[in-house]
Amino acid sequence: MLGFIFSSLFNLIFVNANASTYMPFQGTELSESIDSLYGFLIITSLISFVLLIGGMIWFAFKYKRRTDNDSTPNIHGNTALEFLWSFIPFVIFMIVFVWGIIIHKDMRNMPKDAFEIQVTGYQWGWKFDYKSGVQTNGEFAVPVGVPVKLIMKSDEVLHSFFIPAFRIKQDVVPGIYTSLWFNARTPGDYQVFCTEYCGTSHSNMLATLKVMAPNDFENWLIENSKVKDLPLAERGRLIIEKGTCVSCHNISNERKIGPGFAGLWGSNREFADGSSAVADENYIRESILYPAKKIVKGYANQMNAQNLSESELQAVIEYFKAQASSNESNKDTSMNLREQ
Amino acid sequence: MASAPGVNYLNESSGLWSWLTTLDHKRIGIMYMISVLSFFLIGGIFALLMRLELINAGKLFIEANTYNQFMTFHGAIMTFMVIIPGVPAFIGNFILPLQLGAKDVAFPRVNLLSWYCLMIGAIISFSSLIFGGADTGWTFYTPYSIDKAAGGTLLMVLGAFVMGFSSILTGLNFVATTHRLRAPGMTFFRMPLMVWALYSTAIIQIIATPVLGITLLLLALEKILGIGFFDPKLGGDPVLFQHFFWFYSHPAVYIMILPAMGIVSELITTFSKKQVFGYKAIAFSSVGIAAVSFFVWGHHMFVSGQSLWAAWLFSLITMLVGVPTAIKVFNWVATLYQGSIEFRSPMLYAFGFIFLFTIGGVTGIFLATLGTDVHFHDTYFVVAHFHYVMVGGTLMAIMGGIYYWLPKMFGRMYNEFLAQMTFVLIFLGFNVTFFPQFILGSMGMPRRYYNYLPEYESLNQISTFGSWMIGAGFFLALGVIIHSITRGEKAPDNPWGSKTLEWQTSSPPPHENFRETPVVTGGPYEFSS
Repeated sequence: MLGFIFSSLFNLIFVNANASTYMPFQGTELSESIDSLYGFLIITSLISFVLLIGGMIWFAFKYKRRTDNDSTPNIHGNTALEFLWSFIPFVIFMIVFVWGIIIHKDMRNMPKDAFEIQVTGYQWGWKFDYKSGVQTNGEFAVPVGVPVKLIMKSDEVLHSFFIPAFRIKQDVVPGIYTSLWFNARTPGDYQVFCTEYCGTSHSNMLATLKVMAPNDFENWLIENSKVKDLPLAERGRLIIEKGTCVSCHNISNERKIGPGFAGLWGSNREFADGSSAVADENYIRESILYPAKKIVKGYANQMNAQNLSESELQAVIEYFKAQASSNESNKDTSMNLREQ
Repeated sequence: MASAPGVNYLNESSGLWSWLTTLDHKRIGIMYMISVLSFFLIGGIFALLMRLELINAGKLFIEANTYNQFMTFHGAIMTFMVIIPGVPAFIGNFILPLQLGAKDVAFPRVNLLSWYCLMIGAIISFSSLIFGGADTGWTFYTPYSIDKAAGGTLLMVLGAFVMGFSSILTGLNFVATTHRLRAPGMTFFRMPLMVWALYSTAIIQIIATPVLGITLLLLALEKILGIGFFDPKLGGDPVLFQHFFWFYSHPAVYIMILPAMGIVSELITTFSKKQVFGYKAIAFSSVGIAAVSFFVWGHHMFVSGQSLWAAWLFSLITMLVGVPTAIKVFNWVATLYQGSIEFRSPMLYAFGFIFLFTIGGVTGIFLATLGTDVHFHDTYFVVAHFHYVMVGGTLMAIMGGIYYWLPKMFGRMYNEFLAQMTFVLIFLGFNVTFFPQFILGSMGMPRRYYNYLPEYESLNQISTFGSWMIGAGFFLALGVIIHSITRGEKAPDNPWGSKTLEWQTSSPPPHENFRETPVVTGGPYEFSS
């Protein structure tokens, strides 16, 4: 077992592509300058560690007790040495302090001409609003090589917006706007985390940032503004798959934090209080707007009310209907339901 | 009151009641020992269960809500009930009056009261489990803790409030004892470094803990009466809570580590049989760390939305704490030079402390540096950093201190071979558990995550494997301690050849510590004269 540990450690240290620092991909210029400071810290730390701990181990063995009556010299101190080992660390600390605030200043100075996106953190997901009116959930896109500013808010609890590849992070604080900026230099998909503990699904509160060539970005905006024109069920699918629903529910019938969605429409739901009901339009509407009213047996009351508009609710309901009718076996139950 | 030979504080009276009403600092110390070790066992089981759940991405055996509760209870138990009372209230209670040549602490009744505060606070905190538990993390951040958190959160907050009084009263007692009850000839600069460390700690306990009390009280008022201190919906400010909380909780980090550094100073000198290198530098660095520790709280809030100037200032002052800390470590290593070094278990733990604390210290600089902290903030890098300081530092020192003073406390020796095995298991297991977490943090894995991306899985598995090694080490240590107390060999009065006063009385000491009041004529580490 130890052998396994050491071989996997060895692999991690010497074989991994990004192994020298373990820092994520460098998605911005800023992340590169942060990594140089990080590299400097690693090297100075390693040197001081080896000096200190090497010295400790060397002394420990060199001056190992020979007899019970060993006599030791009465050394009270040495001013020159003590000055040196206070002063040298002090100088190093001042170097990294100044280096650190220079980088921090760049990180916090928002460029004036930045492309602005409004970000809302909520339990548990991220919503993005563009000036053109496009609204997305769990996923947002920006053009490559353009400074982007995120203006962030939350209506309930603290969240924190973290993009590891850009080395930037900012708490999202209820009651005030906070902001972040970056200038992505490589197209691709980037991970976004919530890094301020916010309850049950904190670790599922993820989002994807898509960095795109300018043309692709324009197309993406057009695509997303067409969402209103899509067939209802298709729009419902987007709301569910790109929104918060999937952080607690599976599209399949597998259990997550809440019950899975497959086969929901028209099925008979049994509740914690012993009652039951058939999953119809009103049941779905109530479960989204007032989730605490009916708790499915075997699950805890954990869901927050979801603030969907009337048309969004309709789209989601149509999605469930469409799911049921696309499945032969479920068709019968929905027929039965209509006959009742 | 001179007692007859053979009569000591353990056997001079018997029965549970004689313990629950005792005013003897040594018995109170032993009661703290039992409480703290039991809390440590509970907090440790929560930790092992969390690590087990994290062995793979997604669910293994508990739901997210349960995990969040385990995380909260692990953190709250380990900070408020184990590490804060661990050295001062448990080891300090037993050792401080002995090292000063005093009969007891200055206020023995207050001392007993502080133990009851800890126990009552602990019971209130644990009772939250019956009312839905608590899931805020040990930091109780608002507004989550106000209206979204689990039902028992208020009880957890009140429990921490009550336990705060235990800490304040102990601090008060230690300051008074150090000033008023030193033996004849015991000048300030003849005090053992452990006393300097406990004294500095006591000052922080007195000044900082009331701020935590007020903060928790405001939080409780807001939860019960809806007064808007911290909730923006009621006109409050959630960041204000963080300022209040860290104004206590950063100095509290030094309540946890300073006395541990005191223990290490005792272990290093005794087991290298040598005068400490730079006595005054170590003594004053304790006081210096205590003073500066009040002005660094904002480094917990670099991404909270505080102003640029605040961030820069807090980064600068945090760097300054690094200097006295570095001085201590260098002086310990220099003390070994030309010493007569004996590899007994307490000394191994002191070496372990220096090794792990150095890693904890240098990674602290990564977090004090603004440019890099923003990336590491609230990731596993921070989790690894503070475990290296709190477990690798404080717990290592507590273990070393227990083995070192066990002969004095119970008059019996422990099994040296098994004690060394506990060191090997805990030290190796600790590194296997927490070193991978530095890498996870660098890779971006946030802390307090029940679920994680697949790319973090292999390092998490290594970490979980290490937690079993630590667990095995601590269970073995528990066995070694119990075996030593019940059937260990009889210990001589001064098994290590130490020079400090606690070793000049019998093992275990009589009721009022010394049969004759000791007279001090020299420093605590004069091995060569």
